[in-house]
Amino acid sequence: MKLLHDSWLVCARAMRPLWRSPMTLAFAMFQPVLFLVLFGPLLQPLGDRFGAPDGNSWQFFVPGLLVQLAILSPGMAGFGVIFEHRSGVIERMRVTPLSRTALLLGRVAKDAVTLIAQSALLVVAGALFGLRASVPGALLGLLLIGLVAIALAAVSNAVALRMLDREWMFAPTMSQISVLVVLLSGLLLPMSLAPDWLRWLSMANPLSYVVDAERALFAGRIADPVVLTGSLVAVALTATTVLWGTRTYQRQDS
Amino acid sequence: MIRVRGLTRRFTGKHGTVDAVRGVDLDVEAGELVGFLGPNGAGKTTTLRMLTTLLRPTSGEARVAGRDLLTDPDGVRERIGYVAQSGTLAFDYPVHEELEMQGRFYGLDRARARSRCTELLAELDLSELHDRLVATLSGGQRRRLDIAMGLVHSPELLFLDEPTTGLDPTSRAALWDRIRALRDERGMTVFLSTHYLDEADALCDRLLVIDNGVIVASGSPDELKRSVSGDAVTMTVHSGAIEAGQVADGIDGTSEVTVDGEVVRLRVRRGDEALPVLLNALRDKDIELASVTVKRPTLDDVFHSVTGRSLHEEVAA
Ligand SMILES: Nc1ncnc2c1ncn2[C@@H]1O[C@H](COP(=O)(O)OP(=O)(O)O)[C@@H](O)[C@H]1O
Ligand SMILES: [Mg+2]
Repeated sequence: MKLLHDSWLVCARAMRPLWRSPMTLAFAMFQPVLFLVLFGPLLQPLGDRFGAPDGNSWQFFVPGLLVQLAILSPGMAGFGVIFEHRSGVIERMRVTPLSRTALLLGRVAKDAVTLIAQSALLVVAGALFGLRASVPGALLGLLLIGLVAIALAAVSNAVALRMLDREWMFAPTMSQISVLVVLLSGLLLPMSLAPDWLRWLSMANPLSYVVDAERALFAGRIADPVVLTGSLVAVALTATTVLWGTRTYQRQDS
Repeated sequence: MIRVRGLTRRFTGKHGTVDAVRGVDLDVEAGELVGFLGPNGAGKTTTLRMLTTLLRPTSGEARVAGRDLLTDPDGVRERIGYVAQSGTLAFDYPVHEELEMQGRFYGLDRARARSRCTELLAELDLSELHDRLVATLSGGQRRRLDIAMGLVHSPELLFLDEPTTGLDPTSRAALWDRIRALRDERGMTVFLSTHYLDEADALCDRLLVIDNGVIVASGSPDELKRSVSGDAVTMTVHSGAIEAGQVADGIDGTSEVTVDGEVVRLRVRRGDEALPVLLNALRDKDIELASVTVKRPTLDDVFHSVTGRSLHEEVAA
């Protein structure tokens, strides 16, 4: 099928630099590991208040950290778009008969694959700190994280492509979107501690449902309704953002 | 191969609107090597980006390589190659990876993409750069690789946007030979834009001169030059420039006589034949010349005669 084949080609091209120097992958993980080392222990005595099972706050914290990584890291995908636009690669690829959807899907697939690999490493690192997680739950959790990565990368691609004539605005715009989504998702501290207005706001953020689902999955509560809700929200979010991103690649107006 | 009618493009931004292309009609036959000549900002890139499906025309219609631009952009994409003005290459890839991947994007399988890559690198004298990172190539090598990228699927029609900008004279001449060979040896149709008069003159069968988003002249370089009213004569006199101007004006066949300090300029159909007559007339009036030159019309004269401006002034600006 042309769409899959084309997406595969675009993704394969985007993965090449990573193949050549896989260490860049580990380098991008430095920041989440810092969170694990320097922030994780702070939550340790608070495990009970989060409703973390057995007072083990890692089971609360690591899933949140994964979602944070899935927001911040693919959120920067647009920098690659701006860079490749400057060198003429984006236009060159838009002149080929590649499917427009593949131009986006291939790129974001690379971001998702990268992120899932990083997340897996982070889960292993978390285990060294004392994370105890259900294995099937964690595997499903990684899949869900991949969807979030696709959604954020698609948004980042679209925002970058729509701002090519004022690219200096991309970094502030995208980081504001990312921080807003992080803060309103309850991924660092639970929204159960929040005043009502803040909790209401967080309910408007699709990522907060994903965070709840991730925590349930890591705790092994795969049948918990929040898992279904979180997954459906993630699928809807990914579909919408990919559609938006594809339309951006189809645009011919600048 | 290309048929364009009433093509326009308006850019609307916060700071007002720009009519970059304002009603372009053009026809290019198969096997032609056509130059799109005009100063910076004339609308060359905008036109090329419309014809290569990157930019939607504000109005107008076009058939490119036998396909309708608006209703069948994919059909157009399969049949054309496009080499953008500002390059096409990512710096952090080896030469062969970029070229092979480009082949895959155009539907070649892995083996075919690899052999096509070897073929093209050899053809463009880049074989020894097969494994090098794009970042380490010289300007001329990079430009040749850009062109290889546009040729990977052997298109019938190749668009080149300012192919030799930024190259040294030797690389430019070598690139002209390559471009000519594409047409001569493979019968490819080439449509290239340029703001260089020498390039337009030396390389193209036919020129379309564009200024301010409209085509102001077209024809072969020779036809265009012949259309300008004759040769340019420039005389410098020691004294009596005004009088010399009057003398020149009185001679049959001269036109556009201007006097600027000690310099008298005029046009005349056959400069070589008019000169003796002119010199005799001046001697009769005891006007002594310091120097005199006769120049065949250039493409710049063509541009000047249709726009009232010099192409070079625009380029410098
Ligand atoms: N994306 C754009 N937005 C606004 N104006 C543009 C855009 N692209 C080109 N222009 C304007 O259109 C005109 C023609 O530009 P261009 O086609 O690049 O000229 P050329 O290639 O002949 O130098 C210029 O005035 C340029 O500033
Ligand atoms: Mg241009």
